[in-house]
Amino acid sequence: MNHRRVVVTGLGTINPVGGDVSATWNALIDGTSGIGPVTLVDASDLPSKIAGEVDGFDIEAFMPRRQARRMDRFAQFFWVAAAEALADAKIAYEEDDPETYRAGVVVGSGIGGVETFEQELRTLLGVGPHRLSPFGIPKIIANMAGGQLSIDFNLFGPNTTVVTACAASANAIGDAAAIIQRGSADVMVAGGSDAAITRFAMGGFSQARALSRRNDDPEGASRPFDAERDGFVMSEGAGALVLEEREHALARGATVYAEMLGYGMSADGYHVTLPRPGGGGAARAMQSALDDAGIRAEQLSYINAHGTSTAANDATETIAIKTVFGEHAYRMPISSTKSMTGHLLGGAGALESVASILAMRDGVVPPTINLTHPDPECDLDYVPGEARNVEIEFVMTNSFGFGGHNVALVFGRP
Amino acid sequence: MDRTEIESKLVDLLVDELGIERDAITPDAKFEEDLDVDSLGVVELLMALEDNFGVKIPDEEAEQITTVGEAIDLVETKLNS
Repeated sequence: MNHRRVVVTGLGTINPVGGDVSATWNALIDGTSGIGPVTLVDASDLPSKIAGEVDGFDIEAFMPRRQARRMDRFAQFFWVAAAEALADAKIAYEEDDPETYRAGVVVGSGIGGVETFEQELRTLLGVGPHRLSPFGIPKIIANMAGGQLSIDFNLFGPNTTVVTACAASANAIGDAAAIIQRGSADVMVAGGSDAAITRFAMGGFSQARALSRRNDDPEGASRPFDAERDGFVMSEGAGALVLEEREHALARGATVYAEMLGYGMSADGYHVTLPRPGGGGAARAMQSALDDAGIRAEQLSYINAHGTSTAANDATETIAIKTVFGEHAYRMPISSTKSMTGHLLGGAGALESVASILAMRDGVVPPTINLTHPDPECDLDYVPGEARNVEIEFVMTNSFGFGGHNVALVFGRP
Repeated sequence: MDRTEIESKLVDLLVDELGIERDAITPDAKFEEDLDVDSLGVVELLMALEDNFGVKIPDEEAEQITTVGEAIDLVETKLNS
């Protein structure tokens, strides 16, 4: 059987540090935080009053109002990121183009349309079922980000959705690549989105003891691997890649950013929110991604860590990296861009794939900001404070989700 | 409320609640064919009518409405009955 290789030909994102790929990359290299006080909802009685919001988001700059109001904010974000990625890849299909049947979408979302869910629930309890919006269900369901994209961009091939919490968009990218590898499509838009700066989501994650309460220092609140870290910072936004079968991309003269080489996943099988102590599950995902890519641990140049800034994740991820990489773990730069972006939940893996791919393209590793008091348990090179020039041959990005979902992706130079 | 007031308020609703272009709205305009209001949009319109005019529109009467003018007629009848 022919081995179909998968490359990345388009990138897109909208997130708290940038409204597109270029602005985002500049902000990440500069070490800019996108975290501030919550303004989208009343946070006065919430334990965590800080978040990474997409400031001044105006969906009507992208689509007519009557369409926008049929989409939840999470689906709007994905639409914007995917539109950028498709334009970047120079892909636009007319409805009658037979190639549309070979082009699809895999989206990841942790929660889906939670803002709409809260609105509709208020209506149900306060007024009654007769006042529920006919668009409530289509806006809430997590797969609508992909459904809407297929409608607006004529993508009539495989279309599915992954709901693995904070690993969702990393799974989406891996699954989309597998769809291309097995020959079911030539082009796949893959990524993810969440828009969970809502009272229910912020309150619920706080009760799960996951969110930072460093409310007096928003920009310093996301501090992965730092001894004073106290939880992740909720953020919103989306990331999207265009994945393409390599010969298909080369034949049309597409710009190739990277090759998608390795996809590893595992389940902790341990606890609903906590990682398995010792990081065995995360280590298996990383090793599996290296094996899938066909590279040795020593060949990896950089890891964009999951690095959420929770006590449990950062220490456990560090152990897992040491398990897989041994002495090489100490020589290799590792950073968490969540120190700047906060945690996009289902958008995180895709945004961090964008960051990883650009790090490789430009030979620059974005920093981990706010890492000023190193935790003795986190003793690797996390590129504190400032970006660093590093030649990158192979890059890995980690994503772990509630439920014990562990995903690692490996990208290589085109 | 006279017919002109109903019409004016209805047009505002169509623009504000359903995002329809103001210029496209005429009494003869058909919701589905001319204004691109699908079945879900019609449900939304009826809810807006009930909320804003304080009338109750049963589903079987709602199904009879195809044009802007018919919606105005229905509201007018309801308000005067």
